[in-house]
Amino acid sequence: MEARRASRTVSDPKVRHVGFFTPDPNPHPGRTPLASDAPVSNALSPVMIPPPRQPSDRTAAVPVPETGQRRQTGADQVPVGSYNPSESLLSSSPLPSSPSSRVGLVDGEFSEESGGWLRRSESEKYASSLPDTMVERAPENSASAAPRLESKKSVEVTGKGGKAVLEEQNEVQSSSKPLKEKTTKAERRALQEAQRAAKASGKAEGNKSAAVSQGAASVKPVKQPSQKKDGPPVSVSVVSFDKKGGDRPPEKERKKDVPAPRMQFDDKSRVQKAKKHAVVKQTEARNRVELFRHLPQYEHGTQLPDLESKFFQLDPVHPAIYKVGLQYLAGDISGGNARCIAMLQAFKEAIEDYSTPQEKTLARDLTAKISSYVSFFIECRPLSISMGNAIRFLKTHKVIVRHAITKIRDGDVLLTYGSSCVVEMILLYAHEMGKQFRVVVVDSRPKLEGQALLRRLVAKGLSCAYSHINALSYIMHEVTKVFLGAASVLSNGTVYSRVGTASVAMVANAFHVPVLICCEAYKFHERVQLDSICSNELGDPDAIAKVPGRTDVNYLNNWANKENLQLLNLMYDATPADYISMIVTDYGMIPPTSVPVIVREYRRDHVFL
Amino acid sequence: MWWRSASFILDQRHLQEDPSNDIASSSSKQPPDTLSSFMAAADPFNPIPNPKISAYYQTRAAHTAVVTSDWLAQAQAAVGHHPDDAQAPQTQQPLLAASSSGKSFCVINEFNNWRMQPDLAEAVAAIRALAAVIRASEATTMMELEIELKKASDSLKSWDTTSISLTAGCDLFMRYVTRTSALEYEDFNSARSRLIERAEKFGEISCKARRIIAMLSQDFIFDGCTILVHGFSRVVLEVLKTAAQNKKLFRVFCTEGRPDRTGLRLSNELAKLDVPVKLLIDSAVAYTMDEVDMVFVGADGVVESGGIINMMGTYQIALVAHSMNKPVYVAAESYKFARLYPLDQKDMAPALRPIDFGVPIPSKVEVERSARDYTPPQYLTLLFTDLGVLTPSVVSDELIQLYL
Repeated sequence: MEARRASRTVSDPKVRHVGFFTPDPNPHPGRTPLASDAPVSNALSPVMIPPPRQPSDRTAAVPVPETGQRRQTGADQVPVGSYNPSESLLSSSPLPSSPSSRVGLVDGEFSEESGGWLRRSESEKYASSLPDTMVERAPENSASAAPRLESKKSVEVTGKGGKAVLEEQNEVQSSSKPLKEKTTKAERRALQEAQRAAKASGKAEGNKSAAVSQGAASVKPVKQPSQKKDGPPVSVSVVSFDKKGGDRPPEKERKKDVPAPRMQFDDKSRVQKAKKHAVVKQTEARNRVELFRHLPQYEHGTQLPDLESKFFQLDPVHPAIYKVGLQYLAGDISGGNARCIAMLQAFKEAIEDYSTPQEKTLARDLTAKISSYVSFFIECRPLSISMGNAIRFLKTHKVIVRHAITKIRDGDVLLTYGSSCVVEMILLYAHEMGKQFRVVVVDSRPKLEGQALLRRLVAKGLSCAYSHINALSYIMHEVTKVFLGAASVLSNGTVYSRVGTASVAMVANAFHVPVLICCEAYKFHERVQLDSICSNELGDPDAIAKVPGRTDVNYLNNWANKENLQLLNLMYDATPADYISMIVTDYGMIPPTSVPVIVREYRRDHVFL
Repeated sequence: MWWRSASFILDQRHLQEDPSNDIASSSSKQPPDTLSSFMAAADPFNPIPNPKISAYYQTRAAHTAVVTSDWLAQAQAAVGHHPDDAQAPQTQQPLLAASSSGKSFCVINEFNNWRMQPDLAEAVAAIRALAAVIRASEATTMMELEIELKKASDSLKSWDTTSISLTAGCDLFMRYVTRTSALEYEDFNSARSRLIERAEKFGEISCKARRIIAMLSQDFIFDGCTILVHGFSRVVLEVLKTAAQNKKLFRVFCTEGRPDRTGLRLSNELAKLDVPVKLLIDSAVAYTMDEVDMVFVGADGVVESGGIINMMGTYQIALVAHSMNKPVYVAAESYKFARLYPLDQKDMAPALRPIDFGVPIPSKVEVERSARDYTPPQYLTLLFTDLGVLTPSVVSDELIQLYL
């Protein structure tokens, strides 16, 4: 057991020591160069900002990072399972005269403080520079900066030491920024979007995108690791920021720790505040379902004319963004992936056309613009989870299809629900490979997405059956496997997908039919959701009141006028992990309990796309 | 999908009339044929065994089965039968093929030699064989060596597709090799000797693994407990031995384990240790389950979902134990973790073995000859491995970290 724990800390986490390997005495040469770029210290407090007056504050800070060190030892000299924080602290302490780590820290802090404000302004430069800036910084700021830089390694080291350190540095700088500029949740999210958008535009923008991405990179990884070690950064930063006299910063820190929750719309004051900034004026719907009051619901169809009239007055919004926003509103673009792509393309155009106005700095202005775009999108249609991580969408599909194909045998009867592009690809590819199987497409109102899928499958020559969800238990006895798509998969294995998916999975489980979820890895999320209520999306209630093509079914025409009648059109639901047999991702086939493992191991890579 | 339509009867008749169909001919015409094919497959100079029979389960049967006098008599009778029309071309062709590819023949030969030792785990034999390849190789760069090893590993795996620990062992070694070759060493020879040294060490680690597992499981065996054991697993035997040495008072129920009669062998061993043993026929498991405190099994392979692939009958026992709320413990070394993910019983490569009923079976009667089944993770309580005591969901965690 000891060996197992230790191996996590000691060497390359991608290679597990399974009975065969023993901890390698020679350090991994590929990784030490990076780590040794700046004098490595495994210790110091993640607190960079100096303020503390009394050394007693340091006591809070010093022991704390030791727990945080667990994942970050670079050199394999460290004996298995232990680390020597004192040794590394002293080795990196700036002033040889400091006997204790505390004092050393304080000294370092003080020297930093004198140049502290200076450094903050340098943060801009950090943003626009590449990781090896850190190298040149190291000698420049000598020991004080280096241990600070290194101590910011709260992100697991995988050989991206340089970048990790840099971004930690940025994190401090940017978290000190709140005092200067007000970063909102939306802006932070905007930074993420900007980063991805910048990457999507292929780095052709050079400096611009690099700037944005570096700036954004600082924020994103904080969100991830902060989940894992809630304790140290929060408490430590609270210690430091308290002195700065704002309770806003700690609030920000804490908020960073939790993935930005969707805005809760039953809080009247916040709704009012949001409305003031809103570009899109939406009228709230009447007769809302009590249980779902915390989700936004607006009259459908009222925003479009409003926006259109404002088009020529909306200076801040780039036309490409505007166009996509309109498409969201009108429902022209549907499906998580399609929305993502549209958003990214719009961002790409917007960034291409962007030029920094005279008085402003690039980083701040661009991020502000992007954030306004994002809030515009949010007003048009709440962001889907996958939109945050959309870049690798195209590349992942081939891999998933290859894995899933192995599970389709001749003579199978496969059931699918709704329309998922991944499942469609799998079925078509299996058909091309010559496998003999039948497909049952199950559909549901009001969207009837399955019809489009059905048409495409039949066109390619697959033998299909079509049914509505009410007949599910009737047909399930002849089904051998169920393939479903997902909008996102949460950390406890719960699958968040189109409404109706949970029912399909449960009925399949009752008939002992295996349920396979096909989902790209970027849709995995650290969030945990226990039911379909706390976070969902409400669709247009009128859609369920009317049946297209049947004007005689008009019983609900005046539903809004009836006070004791409420219509609910949910878009998503959550399928518990017990009903799922396997999740097929681009990393292979995994059980639903292993979703947090993938998130943990591969999130870091994704951040640096 | 015969169970969906009644046409399966017609399908069967159609199959039996077809002379080119191996299965029908071998199972319907000669029941002693199963034994002769067993002999042919056990021939160490046959690099490619009869694909219908799983070599892995042959070996296990040889190691664990009890040799009785009537078995010997039957074996001798079968030898007299020897060259069948169906068998001869099979034995001759592989020999021809083998002589042309000297290297792969070497590996498999080597592997066979190691494999026949009763105490050696299959994966260890595989890795020792691969180490022999390294020793015998004339490559001068890491890349060349890697390619040779890959070829040898593939040929080993294809030789017996049904053995999971063989595949897992090969994969593990290849993974280690690619990782080592990714590092830059000035000296090719030092890298090479390092690989050989590791391969040698692997054998020790495997033995150590059994001891670690035995130690970990001691906490779970309390005085006065009744343990139900199925199949003959060397790891489980080690567990029980250690418990006996620690002066714990417990008794063991052994299932007979037909057709290998593993229970007989196991009860022999336990009787030597002075552990009270009771033999049950396989059907008596549910009958005695209320007296049992826990079920201990080994595993041929541990799959990604956390389930296990083990000797036929394990799934049954796990189901009964689960319905009666008895814990099912699996003792398996970590090198048995494989990247398979069966969704149901038929989702694995078929591993057939000959079954001898003692009396001739009419030709129309089909025999279910699969040697193993898959137990899903929800029926397993804990896995004892050299990595520690794990729950089934951790297996995927380990595999992801190792292979991805």
